[in-house]
Amino acid sequence: MAAIIYILAFVGGFSIMSLELLGGRVLAPYFGSSIYVWGSIITVFMLSLSVGYLLGGRLSLHQPTLGRFALIFLGAAICLYPLVYFSEDIMVWIFERVVDPRYGSLLASGVLFIVPTVIMGMISPYSVRMLVKTTDQSGHVAGILYFVSTLGSSLGTLATSFYLILWFEINTILTLLTCGLLAMAALAGIASRFGPTLPRSQHAAPLADAAEEAA
Amino acid sequence: MRHRSLPGLTGLLLALALTALPAASQARIIHQENSLYSNIVIDKRGPVLCLQFSVRRDQRNQSCMNERKPKEMVFDYARMMMASLLIEPEPKRILTLGLGGGTLPMALDEIFPEVRQDVVEIDPAVVRVAREYFRFAPSERVNVFAQDGRVFVKRAATQGETYDLIMLDAFNGEYIPEHLMTREFLEEVRALLAPGGVVAANTFSISDLYDHESVTYQAVFGPFFNLRTDASGNRVILAANGPLPDRAAMAERAEGLADLLAPYGVEFAPLLDMMDTTPDWDPDAAVLTDQYSPVNLLQGR
Repeated sequence: MAAIIYILAFVGGFSIMSLELLGGRVLAPYFGSSIYVWGSIITVFMLSLSVGYLLGGRLSLHQPTLGRFALIFLGAAICLYPLVYFSEDIMVWIFERVVDPRYGSLLASGVLFIVPTVIMGMISPYSVRMLVKTTDQSGHVAGILYFVSTLGSSLGTLATSFYLILWFEINTILTLLTCGLLAMAALAGIASRFGPTLPRSQHAAPLADAAEEAA
Repeated sequence: MRHRSLPGLTGLLLALALTALPAASQARIIHQENSLYSNIVIDKRGPVLCLQFSVRRDQRNQSCMNERKPKEMVFDYARMMMASLLIEPEPKRILTLGLGGGTLPMALDEIFPEVRQDVVEIDPAVVRVAREYFRFAPSERVNVFAQDGRVFVKRAATQGETYDLIMLDAFNGEYIPEHLMTREFLEEVRALLAPGGVVAANTFSISDLYDHESVTYQAVFGPFFNLRTDASGNRVILAANGPLPDRAAMAERAEGLADLLAPYGVEFAPLLDMMDTTPDWDPDAAVLTDQYSPVNLLQGR
């Protein structure tokens, strides 16, 4: 099961940075490629991820299962795909109303990217919860997980900027990312049905102790 | 320790670079700054002042000015851009994207005392440097905007502005803004042109990008004049919002403009010979769009 979680975290990391990089391309026709456009995008992604971490951690308190984990990926895919159809109209709407391209780009990146990025931010803490069995190994597990998901992010950045934009249109890449997230949802869903699941008490108890100790 | 050793290392590298390139050693760097968008370097060789956007020695100059003859256009491309006047000899409003040393807007400001110009430059530092070192001191008819060219064009189009001449000079050798080379951008530019108005684009004659850029202009404007100097790698595209004039009409306009342009070193006879509409590119190359515009990757090939 651990291998599946790592694959999920890797794809999550890959998708986040690929989307962030595409964000610059999506906004440029309306808001330019000035430094503040990138500032807007990075702000929105960092903010969304921070909220996603918080929510993912909260969600992991309530009977974490691979099935629920699959729903996170499904939700990310469902919220990502509409960008293909609606980002143009949304940017036109904002461009006509917000004259200053700094706030225009900030608003546009917010409207376009907050929801999918918050959901993708939930993946990391949820993964930690799925993997950690005892407090002793929690740091080690979290370290490996950050390694895997950040490796995914770096490859997502590289693949998108070096190759994907040369081979495909932006909307095609967004569709591919959506398919990737759906595939991960399917993988998690199938694994939850057929894979071995640990009895709840075994992996919940030590963490509950730790929480008590901390409190 | 680290911050102390760095200047020493830079000095050593600079000394090495200077000894390795004796021809370049006569050029003296008189100003250098890292702006938000590029590394601005101004060097001086004899009376010639040049603006570059990188310290790399093979980097081509963006803009040069001979201080003894400040009006004279030093580069082929600047003269090629002025050939746009053969298509639109009496512009009333001019838009320029990309300032550089300000050569083109300054010349146009002096040549046409009635013309109102808008100049858009993304980097405020470039505007400052042009004023300080390149005698960019235009009349009050010239408005300079420090913003992204695409945003300016899109906004101007929604406000119903029109221009008779649009100069696209926003590319440096290092990085090409992808959103300034797409079909959608050129359609927005065309929408800003008055009937018969002209767009002049300073771009590149080499690399894989050539085919893609050519089919994109063709898709938006139809046939265009394609001026190339292969020795210097310069290419200027002159396209019109309407039919292109024939050679006889342009030769006649050249006569009328000759005296006005002579102080700038612009001679129309060689330019007329370069004004060719024959496609010399692969017509099957993909049109660049906002969805597909890997121009910096293509430029590297």
